[in-house]
Amino acid sequence: MPAFNQKSEPVTDLDIDKLRRDFPILAQEINGHRLAFLDSAASSQRPQCVIDAVRHYYERDHANVHRGVHTLSHRATEAYEGAREKVRCFINAASTREIIFTRGTTEAINLLAASFGQSIKPGDEIVISHLEHHSNIVPWQMLCERIGATLKVAPINERGEIIMDEYLALLGPQTRLVAMSHVSNALGTINPVEQIIAAAKERNIPVLIDGAQAVPHQSVDVAALDCDFYAFSGHKMFGPTGIGVFYAREEWLERLPPYQGGGDMILAVSFSGTTYNDLPYKFEAGTPNIAGAIGLGAAIDYLLDIGMDRIQAHEAALLDYATREISTVDGIQLIGTAAHKAGVLSFNLDGIHPHDLGTVLDHQGVAIRTGHHCAMPVMEYFGIAGTARASLALYNCRQDIDQLIHGLQLAIGMFRS
Amino acid sequence: MNNARELQALYRETVLEHSRNPRNFQRLTPADRVVVGHNPLCGDKITLYLRLDNNRIENLAFEGTGCAISMASASIMTESVKHHDLDEAQHEIARIMHQFDSTNPDDATVEGDMAALGGVRAFPSRIKCATLAWKTLEAALQENTQTTTTEK
Repeated sequence: MPAFNQKSEPVTDLDIDKLRRDFPILAQEINGHRLAFLDSAASSQRPQCVIDAVRHYYERDHANVHRGVHTLSHRATEAYEGAREKVRCFINAASTREIIFTRGTTEAINLLAASFGQSIKPGDEIVISHLEHHSNIVPWQMLCERIGATLKVAPINERGEIIMDEYLALLGPQTRLVAMSHVSNALGTINPVEQIIAAAKERNIPVLIDGAQAVPHQSVDVAALDCDFYAFSGHKMFGPTGIGVFYAREEWLERLPPYQGGGDMILAVSFSGTTYNDLPYKFEAGTPNIAGAIGLGAAIDYLLDIGMDRIQAHEAALLDYATREISTVDGIQLIGTAAHKAGVLSFNLDGIHPHDLGTVLDHQGVAIRTGHHCAMPVMEYFGIAGTARASLALYNCRQDIDQLIHGLQLAIGMFRS
Repeated sequence: MNNARELQALYRETVLEHSRNPRNFQRLTPADRVVVGHNPLCGDKITLYLRLDNNRIENLAFEGTGCAISMASASIMTESVKHHDLDEAQHEIARIMHQFDSTNPDDATVEGDMAALGGVRAFPSRIKCATLAWKTLEAALQENTQTTTTEK
């Protein structure tokens, strides 16, 4: 493999070499090269402590929760509810009654669309942005089509930022909900969610924030944000797949009808009717993903142990470095150049299709995502079919970026002769 | 594991040359059949134009965007079935699909420029790039004018 300059790490006090050793998957070669994993926006890797927590649960503590009087059921329940408290603390929710475990962000948004959607009437309006992931478009589109409501889309500018004046102009007497991403998965834009929420609240419009791309990279405080709903996924924040969180203010959860019916979400069932369970269980029908929640709890412990501010500083410094380095590549076009960006580099390279780039980079051990990133309207705005996307997480370092740049140069040599 | 030799086999000079200078890359008007082929996973899209003379492909051309593999495959396809009878073209499609099927052990059934695309067999995630044009041709022969996709 080629030799890389061992440039010093960004000026943060994180010991990245030590951090990287927490993630066993990173210590392998891919196609004969050191793995440079730059696809954490699609799904991150897991530290050993998360893997151990899930393993320990299955080896020692598994039983169904909220049911048995036996010891294992008690342990499982304690661990599952303990994870809920960790989530509450992590996002500073007022109570664990406000923390609903879901399969992920997608299910959380679908939960809201199904439940809150029952109050939507023909002519009502839901406001989203042009930056959204498909999971924060399609559920609302389906709801609007079913009811005869209207989906309004706040436009973006050529840097990939929501045009705030136009967003504000969309808020009107018919607006029932604002649903926006905290951070764009395709471009990395950090949206001004504080202003987005404040403007909606002034007009008594509830707000959902899709936080899937924010939570792994910065501290999130739902109380300070003052949002009504917040959704995120475990697998993008170093936890297991198949677990996510739907946060909602308690007053909303009291009013909203249940999402799915089944066991655990009831207090009493007879053929003449059912009494729903207390919060948060009213929204958790069936046996939940207990191991997933416990693994997510372990991931939260891990993140808090490092410190979200230090993670954010490390990623910001690395993004600066990566942006500088990639800008020197001949024929590079960065897509998404917002003033406030998270660790995402979406780009195209003249004369080389992203998929060919992805294959060549894979041969150099560099894992990136190529395509539309489940954000086809964003691609349409920029008039492109897709991009190559390198995304950063706490375990990335300058060597990953150098390996990416080296791979890009190789691709240029192959395709542009 | 993919090694450097496999990467070279995927992007042979023939493939790169076709992708840089695709043959028959134009709109054909008038055309007897116009079919759009789409790979929804990566966004590759081609429009295929066929002009027929009874049972014979008198001319064909394509337009579209995609990776080097899909563009080269489409370019080579237009050269290999031009002036062929529809039956022959159908037979050619079957042979090519067979070649791209990585579960099939023999990989030397196809000759000419198309053989240069044989390297794709080592890249399961890229096989759909190579088959897009051929699936689109198949839809055109079957007079299926709905957008065809690699997911069928």
